[in-house]
Amino acid sequence: MKTCLVVDDSRVVRKVARRILENLDFEVIEAVDGADALIVCRGAMPDAVLLDWHMPLMDGLEFLKRLRQEPHGDQPAVVFCSAENKADRIREALDAGADEYIMKPFDGEIVAAKFGEAGLL
Amino acid sequence: MNAPDLDFLCALVRARSGLMLTGERGFFVETRLAPLARREGLASVSEVIAQVRQQPSGALARAVVEAMTIQETAFFRDRQAFAALSATVLPALAADKQQGLRVWSAGCGHGQEAYSLAMVIDDAERPLPAVEILASDLNSAALEKAQSGVYTHFEVQRGLPIRRLLRHFEDLEETWRVSPALRQRVRWMRLNLIDPFQVETGYDLILCRNVVSAFAPDARLATLERMEQALAPGGRLMLGAGEPAPDGFEPVAGAPCVFARSSESEIVIAA
Repeated sequence: MKTCLVVDDSRVVRKVARRILENLDFEVIEAVDGADALIVCRGAMPDAVLLDWHMPLMDGLEFLKRLRQEPHGDQPAVVFCSAENKADRIREALDAGADEYIMKPFDGEIVAAKFGEAGLL
Repeated sequence: MNAPDLDFLCALVRARSGLMLTGERGFFVETRLAPLARREGLASVSEVIAQVRQQPSGALARAVVEAMTIQETAFFRDRQAFAALSATVLPALAADKQQGLRVWSAGCGHGQEAYSLAMVIDDAERPLPAVEILASDLNSAALEKAQSGVYTHFEVQRGLPIRRLLRHFEDLEETWRVSPALRQRVRWMRLNLIDPFQVETGYDLILCRNVVSAFAPDARLATLERMEQALAPGGRLMLGAGEPAPDGFEPVAGAPCVFARSSESEIVIAA
């Protein structure tokens, strides 16, 4: 079973994402911000990361840049999931190493399609 | 909705569009016609039907039929089929047609299929010769939206990879619009597939996906026959996932949903 780390400071979003991802047969791990997520990844790299942008302590972009510098940090497919919907911001996330990008609000169909694009399904 | 109204409506839709409503017909009709009733300032769906009964050739009747035909779709629907178009089908067609290719998206709905094709052509690793894309639909409101090229956040996230969104769309704050370059690639036309239609022949690739399988058998046969006539020698027909090969066609190896004339099957093997 593939693992997906859901990084979001909103408990509601984490819960919704968990339900969608478990339906897609992922084992879901949760982190509340980038710093928390980095600790999880140093323990074991997940197959996928669903990543919010704006979070306390460490935001998603900073987490992603640091993740890609970790040993094996290039392995997880990272799907950003953010209300940042401007083309320039999305480009910034891709340049930092994101594989796909979901604009909030999202639904199960979008997550499935984007994870498919990222080669996760 | 009462049974006579429902039967009347289903017969009208079948006669005008070829579409055969099945399953939860009453529910489907209500959900499609309720917005139309509101827009027309009519109290209920029954009132819409009462008016259509009085003027079966009027504008309202046409709007009713059109409201039944449109379905939700996605960009690059059946990703592997589009991957095959890009990797093998279009390059093979182009190899024989240096003067240019003609492609027809029949039943194009809100335009996602036609624009997906345009993106495939634009992003081709080895440049293709000029490709003319015709996109047709019965539904004029859908065509208008398709031509505008404006899609919501939700729509651009159905099947469209993020890098293609950035490359081919403009960010309009709340929505996204297909780039002018891509929009210029597509010619739009209102066309009812069950009318004896007048499209030019000589199409190298015709996409008619998830359209005829909802048709009544006679309408399906007639439509596929006309597609066959519109297809150039050596041309390819692309249907929706799971739609069977029409009479006289065979699947093309390695290209899901793509068919060639059986009489040309040696070309298939060679390709």
